[in-house]
Amino acid sequence: MALEATEKSPLGKAIKRKEDPRLIRGQGRYLDDIVLPRMLYMALVRSPYAHARIKSIRLDEARRVPGVKAIITGEDLAAANLAWMPTLAGDKQMVLAAGKVLFQYQEVAAVVAETRAAAEDGAQCVEVDYEPLQVVVDPFFALSSEAPVLREDREQKDNHIWHWAVGDQGAADEALAKSPVRVKEKIRMPRVHPAPIEPCGCVADYQKSTGKLTWYVTSQAPHAHRTVLSLVSGLPEHLIHVISPDVGGGFGNKVPVYPGYVCAVVLSLQLGRPVKWVESRSENIATTNFARDYHMTAEIGATEEGIVTALKVSTVADHGAFDAAADPTRFPAGLFSIVTGSYRFPQAFAEVDGVYTNKAPGGVAYRCSFRVTEASFLIERTMQSLALKLGLDPVELRRRNFIRPEEFPYNSPLGWTYDSGQYEKTLQKAMSLIDYDGLRAEQAQRRERGELVGIGVSTFTEIVGAGPSNTFDILGIKMFDSCEIRIHPTGKAIARLGTRHQGQGHETTFAQLIAHELGLSAADILVEEGDTDTAPYGLGTYASRSTPTAGGAAALAARRIRQKAQKIAAHLLEISPDDTEWDGIHFHAKGLESRQVSMVDVALAAYTNLPEGMEPGLEATFYYDPPNLTFPNGAYIAVVSIDRGTGQVKVERFVAVDDCGTVINPMVVEGQVHGGLTEGFGIAFMQEIAFDEDGNCLAPNFMEYLVPTAVETPNWETGRTETPSPHHPIGAKGVGESPNVGSPAAFVNAVVDALSPHGVTNVEIPMFPWKIWEILSQHHLAR
Amino acid sequence: MFPEAFAYYAAHTLDEALDYVDQYGYDAKILAGGQSLLPLMKLRLAAPAVLIDINAVAELTGVTETDGQLHLGALTRHSTMEFGCWPQHPLVAEAAQQIADPIVRNRGTVAGSLAHADPAADWGAVLLALNARVEVRDKHQSRAMPMREFFIDTFTTALQPTEIITRVEIPAPPAFGYVGGHYYKLERKVGDFAVVGVAVTATLDQGGRVLSAGIGLSAVGTTSLKATGAEEILVGQRLTPELISEAAQVAASESSPFGDRRGSEEYKRAMVQVFVERGLLAIAEGGSRVTVHSA
Ligand SMILES: Cc1cc2nc3c(=O)[nH]c(=O)nc-3n(C[C@H](O)[C@H](O)[C@H](O)COP(=O)(O)OP(=O)(O)OC[C@H]3O[C@@H](n4cnc5c(N)ncnc54)[C@H](O)[C@@H]3O)c2cc1C
Repeated sequence: MALEATEKSPLGKAIKRKEDPRLIRGQGRYLDDIVLPRMLYMALVRSPYAHARIKSIRLDEARRVPGVKAIITGEDLAAANLAWMPTLAGDKQMVLAAGKVLFQYQEVAAVVAETRAAAEDGAQCVEVDYEPLQVVVDPFFALSSEAPVLREDREQKDNHIWHWAVGDQGAADEALAKSPVRVKEKIRMPRVHPAPIEPCGCVADYQKSTGKLTWYVTSQAPHAHRTVLSLVSGLPEHLIHVISPDVGGGFGNKVPVYPGYVCAVVLSLQLGRPVKWVESRSENIATTNFARDYHMTAEIGATEEGIVTALKVSTVADHGAFDAAADPTRFPAGLFSIVTGSYRFPQAFAEVDGVYTNKAPGGVAYRCSFRVTEASFLIERTMQSLALKLGLDPVELRRRNFIRPEEFPYNSPLGWTYDSGQYEKTLQKAMSLIDYDGLRAEQAQRRERGELVGIGVSTFTEIVGAGPSNTFDILGIKMFDSCEIRIHPTGKAIARLGTRHQGQGHETTFAQLIAHELGLSAADILVEEGDTDTAPYGLGTYASRSTPTAGGAAALAARRIRQKAQKIAAHLLEISPDDTEWDGIHFHAKGLESRQVSMVDVALAAYTNLPEGMEPGLEATFYYDPPNLTFPNGAYIAVVSIDRGTGQVKVERFVAVDDCGTVINPMVVEGQVHGGLTEGFGIAFMQEIAFDEDGNCLAPNFMEYLVPTAVETPNWETGRTETPSPHHPIGAKGVGESPNVGSPAAFVNAVVDALSPHGVTNVEIPMFPWKIWEILSQHHLAR
Repeated sequence: MFPEAFAYYAAHTLDEALDYVDQYGYDAKILAGGQSLLPLMKLRLAAPAVLIDINAVAELTGVTETDGQLHLGALTRHSTMEFGCWPQHPLVAEAAQQIADPIVRNRGTVAGSLAHADPAADWGAVLLALNARVEVRDKHQSRAMPMREFFIDTFTTALQPTEIITRVEIPAPPAFGYVGGHYYKLERKVGDFAVVGVAVTATLDQGGRVLSAGIGLSAVGTTSLKATGAEEILVGQRLTPELISEAAQVAASESSPFGDRRGSEEYKRAMVQVFVERGLLAIAEGGSRVTVHSA
């Protein structure tokens, strides 16, 4: 049973989400709810071609459409030096097509009108004359010398973006060569999309009289967006006020700055009127940041006993037309180097090559801490192949190779220092929840009856909470985060953070955390995020970083308040601060617990009855620069059966045991796990943004890009172990993304396990029924 | 996601609606549940100049049953068929509940689905299996035709631009024996159109001999299909595993699917076979048999 927000000592308790009554009753305030006086609407003209030169754009007819106020093209933007904008990955991206288009649905012109319908009528009347060019869809072809150079703006005259490598290649090669057992697997993570239910949009409201731009935008990182906008537009940063209202899901999709945003701002600057742009579902899926699209090859070396000796990984990363990844600047392949996972690899080497193709730009970290999902999928899939090769139970193989509790802090061969974990214990918990041994016995019986039943294991380790500022920045801005707490005279408080939640429950969990530190209840603390004029500077919410970074800041800001509060308490108790003790709810005189004052008493005194010479007020701000990342982990076990007639896979059971360190609110954690598992299920079974040879996007809507509903979604069984992070102020690690990171491999491993007695070692995702059926018929299993 | 401008007329009687279609002809579209037409208009794939809303035409509503025969007014919603109680037509409710989602089923109409003539729609296959008839009318006359003459091609029917579908009639099953019916729909998620849909129905006499059989197929041709060859094999026979298997193979060969992202041609054909087999086996096993009339 969930508890009320008035609960005392709320840390670790299942407090009802404070934001829910508002959101459930339709009283949330989302971007599209914002309507301003004199507001205009913008629509974008998009390219039907994936690669074409623009010969001419005719606007006469569009200008005649009733209600149309203005139209801008790439040429207009070029005149204002705004035709291109920087991406978060350090590349640049066309705002409106400059001379040519590089992907289907690319932005070509922006039409602004008195109504949305008129804007769309206008957009339909813009006539663009295209000269189609050779389209490059396959990233491997893109790298060949026959491929046309897509990005003619670059000095480098090929489609290779960058090469990134980590680890000791020589040592890894040598260790592999010496290993008696080797497995090599080609693993593809197709292009998928975060597909938040609320698409992206903004209202740009520039007031010519004040020179101030108020920019309402669907943003996971409002401060970063303010700075980027200031740099791109030249507007002074203090005259840009970014407001990210309630956000209807982000999952990484709302981290980047999109061309539509820039166009709306430019048009508002030009017209002095508010301009709203809200993309359609198809625009969201077909043009805003996708995720994954990694073509990976992995090789593991091991001894006959199944002790791993080396890992070697090479990857081609398809970024589309522009490298618009939202990775920390020094990490073009994100944190892919977590690819050694939960295992003690003495040697490892990983390399990634970024490639341009004629597809929408990206890729963003979709519910994942910068390419961690790709890494985790790769290692968990390849460990399955190794287990098959050795004839070992996948659980046993993992046990032999886990990093042991006493080995933390553990230095991985690819450069990370893992903070903590009890992998064996977490796995054991999952096994007993699902009755692993019983299941294997049942599987053997069902196999006898001709059934195809599989059990899949994934024991992943994540890396989240970017990050220590000596390593992590985005366009130079260090990746710390912040919290400001103000206690009002009546003992209630407002807390503002540099993060921006999109459904994660910050209004509850951060209130719990702060309340716990201050002896208050979550009901006493109002948490506010998303307004750059009031919140302290922060880098936003993605990559499971809010609790590791802003959560740390919140705890430390609260402790700063407590230091001052202790002096005020001593004054009220008429004792010295050194004789004053904090018991979690009250300050009392040491050894005399009946003489006590609460934080509420202290708060009033902070404004009414202060010790001599003390500055009034009770507030604190903390900018927290974490000393390290945190390493959440988990053990997931899936059970599937396959319909031999149709190839449909049924997930019969799924147990997820997560270890995210100290749990602030178990119900919120469970909610995050349910959501992430459901997305992982979608990725494993239903989702892919595919292209035909002309570069046409084949899944630009929810009829083709399938998002699971409650009907398809399996029943999730969850559990947890709690191994605190030793360096985080409350020991928390972050959990929002673990289920999306860890689950796809569990599903695939289960399907492979079902089919492995018949010689199958790999199944590509998404595991559509027809794909499974083709495997069944190849192996004479279909009926 | 905004349609192009259009004129809108709401008809209150069938005659009024017929006057409008007569006047505007090709420029007009009937608006029934709007669940196919409005998405097309919002995507600007369709841009009719005139919409004629028939939702207020009382003559087109209601389902009546006479001697086991069902008469569906053109405005009969999918949800009416889902929740109606017609024991002699078990196929109807089983299929209706697999269409789209509850919101679409509350608005979408049986006749609208037929007029739209998407080969992947569910009613086409179901009503072909049930040997239904469609009644259409223009300002001057009315005519009726069997379902298998109604579909001409993808999104194309025998309906003239000045005609409105007024009724769909589902005949009563033979007066003796048991009736069974199943609809199998392979969908990638709930609310998806069929990858392959198969409607199977049969009436059996006391001795288990097939009196009548109906097999309709969705999404495996340019229109919804009726597997007449397979139906013929069944009539007069007992549903032995061998016969079922043969009928399933014949039905598969009568389908002509296209390969796409939902599956190859080979896969879809195999699914027709799997589902016809499953449907007939289920009827043979009798789990879902309903007595039509005790002899
Ligand atoms: C999300 C979604 C999922 C769907 N999934 C499925 C599915 O799984 N299976 C399925 O079968 N369908 C599905 N549909 C389509 C749905 O069943 C529609 O309701 C149906 O196809 C059309 O019926 P309607 O009453 O809405 O017709 P409308 O959209 O109003 O009209 C469709 C066409 O029929 C014409 N028309 C309508 N009534 C008449 C009439 N009486 N006489 C002459 N012409 C007429 C119209 O002019 C128009 O051309 C789905 C729709 C949506 C939006």
